[in-house]
Amino acid sequence: MTTRGRVALKTVVWLVALAPLAHLLWGWWTDDLTVNPIEYVTRELGQTAFRLLLATLALTPLRLLLGVSWPITLRRLLGLLAFFYVTLHFAVWIVLDHFFDWHTMGQDIAKRPWITVGVSAFLLLAPLAATSTTGMIKRLGGARWRRLHRLIYVAGVLAALHYIWLAKKVLVQPWVYAAILAVLLGIRLWDAARAFARRRQALARDRIVIGSRG
Amino acid sequence: MRLRYSDVTPEKVYLSRRELMAGALALAAVGCDTGGEATAAVSAPATAALAATPNAAYRVADPPTKVEAATTYNNFYEFGVNKDDPSRLGGTLKPRPWHVQVDGLVAKPRTFDIGEILKLAPLEERIYALRCVEAWSMVIPWIGYPLAVLLKQVEPRPGAKYVEFTTLKDPEQFPGQKGGFFGGTLDWPYTEGLRLDEAMHPLTLLTLGMYGHVLPNQNGAPVRVVIPWKYGFKSAKSIVRIRLTDTEPPTAWNKAAPQEYGFYSNVNPNVDHPRWSQGTERRIGEFRRRKTLMFNGYADQVASLYAGMDLKKYY
Repeated sequence: MTTRGRVALKTVVWLVALAPLAHLLWGWWTDDLTVNPIEYVTRELGQTAFRLLLATLALTPLRLLLGVSWPITLRRLLGLLAFFYVTLHFAVWIVLDHFFDWHTMGQDIAKRPWITVGVSAFLLLAPLAATSTTGMIKRLGGARWRRLHRLIYVAGVLAALHYIWLAKKVLVQPWVYAAILAVLLGIRLWDAARAFARRRQALARDRIVIGSRG
Repeated sequence: MRLRYSDVTPEKVYLSRRELMAGALALAAVGCDTGGEATAAVSAPATAALAATPNAAYRVADPPTKVEAATTYNNFYEFGVNKDDPSRLGGTLKPRPWHVQVDGLVAKPRTFDIGEILKLAPLEERIYALRCVEAWSMVIPWIGYPLAVLLKQVEPRPGAKYVEFTTLKDPEQFPGQKGGFFGGTLDWPYTEGLRLDEAMHPLTLLTLGMYGHVLPNQNGAPVRVVIPWKYGFKSAKSIVRIRLTDTEPPTAWNKAAPQEYGFYSNVNPNVDHPRWSQGTERRIGEFRRRKTLMFNGYADQVASLYAGMDLKKYY
């Protein structure tokens, strides 16, 4: 992909990803955030964060299934945008919803599994955002960096649990998000299993070759 | 003297920014006649006016929620699961003609026409607090009369211990009952229930209007109940049948999630929902959370109904 193409693509990602925030700001400006604005803003920020997290996790499956690798260039940007929305989601909970009532929030984290997993997902994503720079990749070394960044899978699962647990059981949407996540992680598992099988076959073949020589 | 909402509510609270604009325009249009009419015109539901006598004995001190909020932020899954679905899609419900069958363990089972129900007793206006199980609340001026009036008409038999309410089931009128690609939400028709003594309690209101007007479709037209000391979902809407029974009737949310929604579902800050605290609530229109009161502030009147009961067990 050309540099020009990459710049255009990233511009589109920026615009699309920031549109939900612009929509909320516009709603705030025009006094149009529903009659329960804090609940609405929290939900919109959380959903956008989850969508961006899924988008981040969709890039590798695209390469595995379609053989296109250029989307990978968007991974850092999408991941950071997802973290940006998670941070806003968390900040609204602390500032607007509970207004720094640390006691109540602490109780909620301890007592309510959906809040526990939500906060955990945020804490797991923080080091990934912090080590997203090229300098940090070099400092950690590729292998260690990759291992650390597998935490995004755990964060994804926790986010899905968070959403399923907080919503009423009769609602479909949380399960749709969870299903998409399952497919995206499933493709990776399938690829890993395939690679493992191939390696074993190759090993077995080598052994046969060695054996026939003797 | 007849009180207006503008009398109990400071105007600042009463009029949203947008309504202020509309109010100003309306005032200009009537030549700056500052009678309350212009204000009332922009702050009422779109349905026909319904006269009622305010009952001062049943009036919470807090200002009523803006009518715009009370008619656009609704849980009424018959229309859809989103808060704005009922007000957006409410037009499909036909609240006339309407009949309510009242039967079961009664001496005189009867089907009432909605016109008869409207005339069964003088209509009164009561300003009740409404606490949703989702930890938000409103203050709403309802119009109706005690459900006991209707129940006495059919003469409950001695064996009657419970009352079951059934909401209309008609996917043509209630698009949310169609069930989407992933299947339905609740098990239709929506049913709710009360113990007979709860149903006969003077606070339990058979409700036909709100904010001086006939009930809008999204709020449960043409007839619903309002039980102010219980979470909102206990107050069945668009009722077509009231049945007296000797066994506890199954209720819609209890069937959907028994650990979360009990038969009693009394507002109780000390018994949390499994997934969130019920200790505080957000009053629609207010910024900070406020403390939830035992029995939603009606403890003086209803606590005796539950004397000796373990309210953690019977949630």
